[in-house]
Amino acid sequence: MKLFAKYRILLPVVSLAVLLAATFYMQPRAMSYFGINLLFNLAVPIALATVAQMMIIMVNDIDLSLGAFVSLVACVTATFLNDSPMLGVLILLALVLCYAALGAVIHALDLPAIVVTLGMSFVWGGLALFILPSPGGASPGWLRTLMTVKPPYIPMAVCASVIIAVVTHLLVIRSGIGTVLRGVGGNARSVQRAGWPVVRLKALAYGLAGLFGVFAGMALVGLTTSADANIALRYTLLSIAGVILGGGEFTGGKVSPVGAVIGALTLTLAASFLSFLRLSPDWQIGAQGAILILVLTARLLFTRRDAQA
Amino acid sequence: MKLIQKPWLWSWVAAAAAFALTVALTEGRGAGELAYAALSFGAFAAIVGLGQMLVITLGPGNVDLSIPATMTLSGTLALKAMGSDPGTAWMGLGVAILVGLGTGLANFALIYLLRLPPIIATLAASLLYQSLAIWSNRGLRIKPPAGLADFATGRTMGIPNVALVGLGLSLLIWVLLERSVWGRWLLASGQNLRAARLAGVPVEAVRAATYVAVTVFAAIAGYLLASFSGGAALNMGAEYLLMSIAVVVIGGTSIAGGMSNVPGVWGASLFMFLVVSMLNSYGAGAGVRMVLTGLIIIGIVIAASTRRVAR
Amino acid sequence: MSTAAPSAAPIVALTEAAKHFGPVRALDGVSLSISPGDCLGLVGHNGAGKSTLVNVVNGGLAPTSGSVAFPASGAASALAAGVRSVFQELSLCPNLTVAENLRISHSALKGMNWRAPARAEIRAALDQVFPGHGIDADAPVDTLSIAQRQMVEIAIGFAPRGTEARLVILDEPTSSLDAGIAEQLLSHIKQFCARGGAVIFISHMLGEIFEVATRILVMKDGKVVAEKPAGGFTRQGLVDAMGHVATEAAAAQAARAQGEEVLHTPEGLRARKGEIVGLSGLAGHGQAEALARLYLGATSSWRSPREAGMVFVAGDRGRDGVLPLWSILRNASISILPQIARRGMVDRTREAEITAEWKARIGIRTDDVTNPILSLSGGNQQKVLFARALASAAPVVVMDDPMRGVDVGTKQDVYAMIRAEAARGRTFLWYSTETEEVCQCDRVFVFRNGEISAELTGDEITEERILEASFEMEGA
Repeated sequence: MKLFAKYRILLPVVSLAVLLAATFYMQPRAMSYFGINLLFNLAVPIALATVAQMMIIMVNDIDLSLGAFVSLVACVTATFLNDSPMLGVLILLALVLCYAALGAVIHALDLPAIVVTLGMSFVWGGLALFILPSPGGASPGWLRTLMTVKPPYIPMAVCASVIIAVVTHLLVIRSGIGTVLRGVGGNARSVQRAGWPVVRLKALAYGLAGLFGVFAGMALVGLTTSADANIALRYTLLSIAGVILGGGEFTGGKVSPVGAVIGALTLTLAASFLSFLRLSPDWQIGAQGAILILVLTARLLFTRRDAQA
Repeated sequence: MKLIQKPWLWSWVAAAAAFALTVALTEGRGAGELAYAALSFGAFAAIVGLGQMLVITLGPGNVDLSIPATMTLSGTLALKAMGSDPGTAWMGLGVAILVGLGTGLANFALIYLLRLPPIIATLAASLLYQSLAIWSNRGLRIKPPAGLADFATGRTMGIPNVALVGLGLSLLIWVLLERSVWGRWLLASGQNLRAARLAGVPVEAVRAATYVAVTVFAAIAGYLLASFSGGAALNMGAEYLLMSIAVVVIGGTSIAGGMSNVPGVWGASLFMFLVVSMLNSYGAGAGVRMVLTGLIIIGIVIAASTRRVAR
Repeated sequence: MSTAAPSAAPIVALTEAAKHFGPVRALDGVSLSISPGDCLGLVGHNGAGKSTLVNVVNGGLAPTSGSVAFPASGAASALAAGVRSVFQELSLCPNLTVAENLRISHSALKGMNWRAPARAEIRAALDQVFPGHGIDADAPVDTLSIAQRQMVEIAIGFAPRGTEARLVILDEPTSSLDAGIAEQLLSHIKQFCARGGAVIFISHMLGEIFEVATRILVMKDGKVVAEKPAGGFTRQGLVDAMGHVATEAAAAQAARAQGEEVLHTPEGLRARKGEIVGLSGLAGHGQAEALARLYLGATSSWRSPREAGMVFVAGDRGRDGVLPLWSILRNASISILPQIARRGMVDRTREAEITAEWKARIGIRTDDVTNPILSLSGGNQQKVLFARALASAAPVVVMDDPMRGVDVGTKQDVYAMIRAEAARGRTFLWYSTETEEVCQCDRVFVFRNGEISAELTGDEITEERILEASFEMEGA
């Protein structure tokens, strides 16, 4: 059966479906507009952060600063963007450009991305503390409205996830430039040989990561209504896990935006799943780890079997 | 090789500069206390840093993200096993080391059997360790045995005991790296895994031993830290995730693998503490401190890369 | 693909083009012009300068001296002049689909709706070159077989891609294609040239060369040694032109008493105790892989016994051999550490003694063995790798083209060393790209397409026989 190899997206979808079915089985009341909204409420910022991480992994790098960056964006959103929107927008734009420049520098000087982004995580975290030394700030009203909007029939979190998946799919998989970016991850030499400036492509990939990181921070503030400097630190690891869970690989430009969004949803759901199981809440974090390992084991088994077939 | 070319030199120069600048502000008062504090707190960073250094020496892609969870788990389980009873310190250490062995073997099993990238394997496993720690720690406020707490916060001949432990471990690692067959194998594997394998190095055994060593070091650090701070806390390892990588890189160990640097890890650990003290005493806020720390890390990486290009 | 009427101006013209890598003259003054309608067959043995010539033509390498011009188009760069290359190493992005790979090298495809034209173009190109190919334009490349990937790459080479292909360079294009598909390619090449295109065709299949080439260019040692219309050569004549004029008789081949068989692999490699076994054939036909499989199968990634049964001498020093951060001493001693260790600790006195002994025996030219290995010349680095292997007591020594880029003096030293060690009962498996070296062996296996195509012993080991077995003499 080559099914799983041919449709890499299948395994993440199945994982999410199984988890969702189990959740509904444990807690039938969750199977409602309100219940689903609650289950996936925090998934939107995580999905956006996962997409951001995916942009970096797409070009064979990894970003250890994403959580700190999203926190910083949240702080900027809850302060500057709320108090003086023009200045706030300018700051956020500058942050995206910083990311793009980072990508160019990492490629041009051939630096290890893991260490540079590690350093940047201190920088972002420091700036966030500088802006918001103690938890506070407020979400801009329009953002709050946007994040809590109640569309008919389908809950906001699901709507937003679908939109994110579709938009990033169009951008990364369908568009020409997205194809070339994935080509950089697959075989940078051949892309270079075909006459593309790889430095600029790297900068573009990082810039896109920054852009989605900004969206993630804004979405988070829209949901929580306030921010603090450590609000999203765990997003770094969550986003990496989400990309891998969604069928992405660390090298070779093999990423799937739809999978990444599903991976983020799965991780969010995994957190609430065991609380429904009435197991002790102590194991919530561990459940995420266990699910991550289980899905990756399943993937290994399927790819092995396909390789033998 | 001349002194100026020693890769560990810069971290020590930076630490000394931070020390001098801090002391200059107080016109020499408090220098002893500052040095003492730097050695105490630096020791924990140095111990976990040594373990991370071994893993990073294995080459690109190798890093252990389970250090914080292992620290918390070992601190928690060791304190629980000791239950504040006197005379149980060695037993507690044994428990901690067993925790380290267990997490290390589990990490490597994931890496080797499931062929997971080390980053994702150690990350996923660390979530489990963390839950285990939460579960076993719940509602418990266990103090370390008095004797152990006194040892962890005490000093011998004016040097903090934790720093002495750290120095002992550093010496052990240094000897292993410089003189033992295993150290040679590790350094060879990190330079070029394929070449090492073709030269007859048992590379998988080397990798396994390294991934176990890092968690054992983290477990010892967790045990000491819990004893030092009068009890285990669930977030006690959190700051050591990035710290362990940072001290390795600042200490002059090559992220490209194959080159370890024990003295550099100490210089960097002291520096990381001293730079915070320095910025503190000059009145910088937490934000500015972190920004500067990050910029220093990046600066050092860029400097190292241009040195590489120049060669 | 309508073409302009064949014009007199050549598509590419080289005048006395030379390319030096340090002291190595990879290309030693070649003049050549390729006009529309030409199909140039390029043949030569390993290291004759074929790839360098190709890279100079396609702009991948700038010539050290001489010039490359594109008179027909007047373009400055090879890319703009319509020169395309299809390389032997696969240069597709494996994570992308077939159509997406076309997009990478086709910058004129723009807008959101580029997929349909890309699909149509690659399909048309594939249909034209390989009718009935059965390749889905939306299949990711890493799900295709090697042959299908090669077909895609060739099709992209011939695809119009916004401009038009004028000269397509094909380096061993049929190496992974079966006979029927290869035939399709050959007939497409003929049509393409008939319509005014030009092709440079490199192949080890002499039959193919004779079938498509209008002219044949024979290279040796960076020079063109013969250039005639295809009809001016016979197959035997080609082989003779490629070979060395005269090699001194292999006098050293006194028949030696042979011991019992120590090695016999499923694919047919056999070796006796004290025998020097050569692996030959054109580079990249599976010799290195066979040796790596043999070595990795015979040793473990988990244990390192005190007495290794087999050691490996790498030829690709950077990839497989040298540990670049280390001194000569440490590089030389890495394989014997378990032998000289005491309770896990390296006995540094014995390490220094043994290294000093081998430094003297094999003649490593350095004052101080604690100098970095990279301070040595390539030849001396190779000697360190020999010392690493020979210092161990292993009865079998596997050598993967160890004389690459090594000077003549070193070679003579090492030949003597190998013979002496073989006489003591060690077995050597020696893959070499230089036929002269292989001719010194007791038994030779010639590889073609990943399989053993001939086994030669004693008097059969001649350059001629090896060349015959390396090239496909029969068939298409």
